[in-house]
Amino acid sequence: MTEKLTLIIDGQEVTTEQGKTLLEVARENGKDIPTICFHEATTANALCRICVVEVEGQRVLQPACIVKAAANMKVQTRSEKVVRARRTILEMLASTMDLSEAAEIQQMMYEYGASSSRFPGAERRESDVKDDNPMYVRDYSKCLLCWRCVQVCADDAQYTFAINFDGRGFETQIGTFFDKTIPETTCVLCGQCVGVCPTGALKPKREYLLEQGMSPQEISVLNSGRKRRKEKPT
Amino acid sequence: MIKPDHITTTTCPYCGVGCALQLHVKDDFIFKVTSPFDSPVNHGNLCVKGRFGYDFVYHPKRVTTPLIRKVKQEAGGRTQAFDLSEWREATWDEALDYVADRLVEIYKRDGSDAMAVYCCAKATNEDNYLLQKMYRALFRTNNVDHCTRLCHAGSVVALQQAVGSSAMSNTASQVIMNDVFIVTGSNTSENHPIISLQMKEAVEKHGAKMIVVDPRRIDLVDFAELWLPLKPGTNVPVFTAMAYVIVEENLVNHDFIDDRTEGYTEFLATLEKFTPEYAEELSGVPAGDIRKAARLYAKAKNAAIYWGMGISQLSHGTASALALIHLAFLTGHIGRDGTGLNPLRGQNNVQGASDMGAMPFHYPGYMRVDNEANAAKWEKTWNIEPGGLSRKLGLTTTEILGHAHEGGIRSLYIMGENPMMSEPNLNVTRQHMEQLEFLVSQDIFINESGAYADVFLPATPFAEKDGTFSNTDRRVQRVRAAHPPRGQSRPDWQILCDLAKRIESRLGPFDHTQGRLATAKWDYSNPEEILREMASVNEDYAGITYERIDKVGLIYPVPDMNHPGTPTLFTESFPRGRGKFHVLDYVPVREEPDDEYPFILTTGRLLEHWHGGTMTRNSALNEIYPEARVEIHPADAEIHGIRNGDPVKVQSRRGEVVMRATVTEKTTVGVIFVPWHFAEAAANLLTNDALDPQAKIPEFKACAVQVFPARESDLANPEAVLERGRY
Repeated sequence: MTEKLTLIIDGQEVTTEQGKTLLEVARENGKDIPTICFHEATTANALCRICVVEVEGQRVLQPACIVKAAANMKVQTRSEKVVRARRTILEMLASTMDLSEAAEIQQMMYEYGASSSRFPGAERRESDVKDDNPMYVRDYSKCLLCWRCVQVCADDAQYTFAINFDGRGFETQIGTFFDKTIPETTCVLCGQCVGVCPTGALKPKREYLLEQGMSPQEISVLNSGRKRRKEKPT
Repeated sequence: MIKPDHITTTTCPYCGVGCALQLHVKDDFIFKVTSPFDSPVNHGNLCVKGRFGYDFVYHPKRVTTPLIRKVKQEAGGRTQAFDLSEWREATWDEALDYVADRLVEIYKRDGSDAMAVYCCAKATNEDNYLLQKMYRALFRTNNVDHCTRLCHAGSVVALQQAVGSSAMSNTASQVIMNDVFIVTGSNTSENHPIISLQMKEAVEKHGAKMIVVDPRRIDLVDFAELWLPLKPGTNVPVFTAMAYVIVEENLVNHDFIDDRTEGYTEFLATLEKFTPEYAEELSGVPAGDIRKAARLYAKAKNAAIYWGMGISQLSHGTASALALIHLAFLTGHIGRDGTGLNPLRGQNNVQGASDMGAMPFHYPGYMRVDNEANAAKWEKTWNIEPGGLSRKLGLTTTEILGHAHEGGIRSLYIMGENPMMSEPNLNVTRQHMEQLEFLVSQDIFINESGAYADVFLPATPFAEKDGTFSNTDRRVQRVRAAHPPRGQSRPDWQILCDLAKRIESRLGPFDHTQGRLATAKWDYSNPEEILREMASVNEDYAGITYERIDKVGLIYPVPDMNHPGTPTLFTESFPRGRGKFHVLDYVPVREEPDDEYPFILTTGRLLEHWHGGTMTRNSALNEIYPEARVEIHPADAEIHGIRNGDPVKVQSRRGEVVMRATVTEKTTVGVIFVPWHFAEAAANLLTNDALDPQAKIPEFKACAVQVFPARESDLANPEAVLERGRY
């Protein structure tokens, strides 16, 4: 039997079971906490910090996706401090990456009054579209480093470990070991990563080709007789 | 970002796992596939085939117009026509009338025994039910089979003999409830990728211990507690030696044996010679490891066995499966959640096609055709005069082609299968195909078998039809059309209804001396009516309606409309009453290696391809794995002067093929592996057509071969690039 505990969220007393995160408890009680890097199918890592909440007695804001509810906690999900933090996170994202296909984040920006020009002249994280296999493309200009793809490739689903963080600080990017092309890595092309990508950075090849203006018929002919290169010597 | 016109939820058409797919469609074109994360089968995970391998639907070589051969084909001189120039386009009326005319002509002249049909484990339950009905009700023959014969027939027969039911006893998602589990004869990571994820999760997150028994160092070995690399075809001694240890060390569940089984005493009497040392001598597996495996399995609270074709595709496939069943009987690891005997079924709907009676000995619901009461039930359902259905057991897949000669099988109807890739010893299969007087192919591409046909009927793939598939753990799930059929192609069930009516009218009106009644019924307004007709007799499906399986399907048996389904079988008893121990002996594979042919060839499948290749070789999947490769152990490669990537000729007593070598420790010394998907280097030119005496399954998993260095110019496609870093 799991032990019950009581805490206060936005002034409302709620009862829940031991072991649940603040995000879970809040959602069970109809409180909306936004998330970006969090996904039900992956391990929560509190990377994006958009889910932060204010907990009385804590010096800094707490990420609701990993902090466990405790007895008598007093939590504010929309305090001024929380709203300002979320808005700043969104503004920093918008100033450095391409959010054009992240509909949920665009909606959050509208909701939080975030301005994409808050940090004019910020250096953007730009990179070319990596099109190195017939199944999916990688456009890291759209990547916000939520880590979901790395996790499903690892022990959240696939146990394949083909991709990981590469580089440090601002230069951080998702990459393969030794920057190999996808087919040369341990990748099994399962596309679990594509399935959890929140921003369109990972995309099925056929969707990408449609965007490039190719017709379904042109796409279908494309993979039916491609010329092959000579095998590299081993 | 492309906004879909609509998203269609359906079931994956590849393997038996039965993953839920969401097809994102724009302008009648699937541009993306996702999967719901709350799917009970696959939890949102897919493999490369399920997520990306649907482009064959739009491949320019897909045939969408009925075709008739320009040059009339004769028995003995039949040829293959891959090129459209050898065919002429026809209307559906012309093509179906022609098929009906020819089939009825042969039936009236030579009778039921001249007729045969291959149903299809890729097609829906409804398609398969209709096709077996057409042949049983109209042509009065049980010469009805499909590729289950080539895959798990050994397991099916063994399970029928020992427990009386042939499906998985538990669901695949229960693997995380196992404390110990054995995976044998199954390269699960490549053939049931999503089940392998659950196996890895069981080990990594739930503390389960996995025992892999397989001649290849497959991906799962990285996660295993123990790997028993046995010589192909030595399953019976290895698993019976495990039984020996369980008995010797008194790890036996006596209560279970007393209460639930029979034949234990007779079984014990034959166990004596199967010491682990004897098994080591035959299999090469260290006796100590056999003992460890036996203890792990027997002492576990909950233990299960998952197996694939490495058990069944042998000339003693039935005995191999029985050896596994004995382990469950000895320990009582069956009849509870997290235990069980689990043959992983290969095709998306091989379970369903078998359930639908697409087999020569059974009506739908595994009702024997030689049982009077069963036949009477179907005679009533199909409006057939009493005694009208044939009580004679039909021929199996391999036997059907083997009987293609004057006085034997004269006509063959193939829906979706590709025997010219999937049969053993293809050079002989070819001769048999040439002997057919009339051949119909109902498919989406002209494959190696359809190229022999007189008539090609363009059917629709999974994305253009409605129906149901039954997955490996008996879950009946919906298949839904994502867009209309391309060109003039039609869903299989509609083609079959249309054709059956034409055949029935040609067979003549009601005849008092023959007793044929008006119609067996071919007017269905939708596939669900077909399923309901079947379910009115097949009790396992009695409570299944499209409405009830709309969201996540139902696991049969579902005996009534309120029944929630049955994930775990045999909780109280076995369908045959008591579980039956069988007396086993070691029978070697039919062709053992010798000086002339020193290697054992074992065949199997790859992650990127599917069986005969009709779908995947007409897909971008072929770009990531464009060529066959023979896997050879470094020690063997060195002796034969073979380097990685070199062209190699592989030769058996029956044929030869040339492909590049992959020198790898994934295979063991003395054993080479060839995948069977590639027509230009078809593994089944080499394999042995020796059959298991009971299950009639061929011995795909072991034959003797020799390898020779070959030249680049001997390769069918020397330009192909294989650039994969995966396991």
